Order: sequence, then structure tokens, then C-alpha cells
Amino acid sequence: MHVSVAAETLFKIGSFPITNSLLTTIIVTLLLILLAVVVNKNVSKIPSRLQSMMEIMIGALLGLTEDVAGKEFGRKIFPLLATFFIFIIFANWSGLIPGVGSIGFYETKEEAVVLEETNSVYAETHSNTEASDSESDILVTETAESHDSESEIFKPLFRGPTADLNTTLALALISVFMIQFYGFKTLGLKYLKKFFNFRNPINGFIGILELLSEFSRIISFAFRLFGNIFAGEVLLTVIAYLIPFIAPLPFIGLEIFVGFIQALVFMMLSLVFISMATISEH
Amino acid sequence: MDLQGIATALAIGIGAIGPGIGIGMLAGKGLEAIGRNPEAASEIRTNMILTTAFCEAIAIYALVVALIIKFV
Repeated sequence: MHVSVAAETLFKIGSFPITNSLLTTIIVTLLLILLAVVVNKNVSKIPSRLQSMMEIMIGALLGLTEDVAGKEFGRKIFPLLATFFIFIIFANWSGLIPGVGSIGFYETKEEAVVLEETNSVYAETHSNTEASDSESDILVTETAESHDSESEIFKPLFRGPTADLNTTLALALISVFMIQFYGFKTLGLKYLKKFFNFRNPINGFIGILELLSEFSRIISFAFRLFGNIFAGEVLLTVIAYLIPFIAPLPFIGLEIFVGFIQALVFMMLSLVFISMATISEH
Repeated sequence: MDLQGIATALAIGIGAIGPGIGIGMLAGKGLEAIGRNPEAASEIRTNMILTTAFCEAIAIYALVVALIIKFV
């Protein structure tokens, strides 16, 4: 059983590594852009099946946003939140497609290491048994071969985008940055009063705590999404190894549900935090 | 002695206690509320699932730590 917490590097452009999760992220993004273009082109008064599906989804998201943030401000922040939801839900589900994580190739681990080791083995055997050169040669080739078979590792071609901490950290950073952005935009410099308030020591201490919690949001956003999706993939792998048939089915259903819930939670939390940041302190 | 395995098991085992109690209380209260006020069932259910996800996140942190101990 092979589980890797970090995404595997497929190839490099210059010094920039292209990982399998980045590749899947690009594919998901392109498909979403394609979907948007197709739906946008064929907008009509009598909606097609696809259009009405999109309308239901966008309508539900808009209703939720307006309920929490108010009619006017809700419409302002809606594009960001809807993007979060739609991207995250499709990124989560893309990891469940058969073939993602199972189609890949075997690659020898760093060949330099293997070479070095064989060299040291070669030197050792030479110094120990100088008399029998032919024997040591056989020994060397044997060790080299065994190293080769051991160092072959499986690299999946695709990996769920949100099963990589880099993606979720990026999303968390965007979300927390936008929370501060809307805070400053609606309250101006008054927004800073929440963090730096030295009228009395209690307020000063609360300000420090608020500042800390702002940073801890980045971590909790990133790890909540990454942990849920990555744990789901590990769970599916383990179950598939224990009982290959039928047993993984309910777990895939569970993972579809978890993917939806996590996308909703990410969006809802961003929404609630943004609307909390825009309320002025008394 | 394989301390790594014990560490993994302890990390997730102890980490699951709190969220387990939390989700139990949360779902119990939620269902109680639905029983008292069935008209608000859909709204209560949505909020219940949302808060369950928050509770679950704590167990997920423990799981991430366990996975890091195990595989990194």
C-alpha cells in the first residue's frame, strides 16, 4: 500500500515542479471555464436542462449569501464565494473519479543515490576481498539489481487538487486576505481598532487574541479541507485493500457527501467571517 | 519497539475522544430541537450538519498528525 502525503512531481519546467495535483487543478479549472462558456453562450428565456441546473445552483448559493450578508453587500461578495464553492466541490469530486490516483507509472527513485551506494559497496568489497575480483563483481551487480527493484515507486498521474496541502493553503490565504480586504473597505482604518485598542488593558489583550485568531484561521481553513479530503482518499485506499468488492461503495457515497459538505463549509465560513469583519465595533 | 506505530494510534485515538463527545451532544440537541419544532426541521438539519463538520474538523487535525507520523 502506497500513501504519499505530499503531491508527487511529474516533471519540471525550469526549476518549477509540475505536480500531479497541479495538473488535475488545471484540468478542473479548464473544464469549469468550458462549462461557463457553454452555458453563457446558450442563455435563453426558455432554459435548457443545463442552464436550469446552473440557475438552481447559483440561485441557492445567492439566497444563502443574501440571507447572511444582506441583499446589497451579499451581491458584492457573491462572486468570490460562489467561485470558492464551485471550484472546491469539483476539485473534491475529481479525486473520486476512477483512475485518479490509480493510473500512473513506476519511476526509479533518485538514480544518483543508487549509484553512490553501489560505488561504496564496490569499494568495500574491493578492500575486503582483493584476491577474488570476479566474486566481488558479481556481488556488486546483485546489490545494484536489488536496489533497483526496491527504489521503484509508483507515481499517480492525477491526484485530487484538494488532497494537496498547497492548494488548500492557497485557498485559505485568498479567503483570509479577502476577509481583511472587505474589513478595510467597509470600515476604513476603524477596522484596525479591533486589533489595536489600548483604551484599557482588557481591550488590548482581546485585540492580541483577535490578531492571533486571524492567523489561526489560515491554518484551520487549510487543514480542515486538506484533512477531510486526504483522509477520505486514504480511507478509500485502505477499504479497497481490505475488501476489494462492493465494500468501498458506501464509502464512495460518504466521500461524495463529505466533498459537498466541505465545499459548503469553506464557503459558509468565508461568508460568516467576511460579514463579521464588516460589522463595526461599538 | 515500534514507537512510531504507538504514536500514530495514540494521536488519532486520543484526538477522536473530544470530537466524538461533541458530535454526540450536537446531534442529540439537534434531534431534540427537530422533535419539538418539526416545521423548522430543514433549517435545523442544515445548521446541524454544518456544526458537525466543525466538530469533525478537530478529529481531522488529529488524523492529519497521525498520517504525518505514519507516512512522512
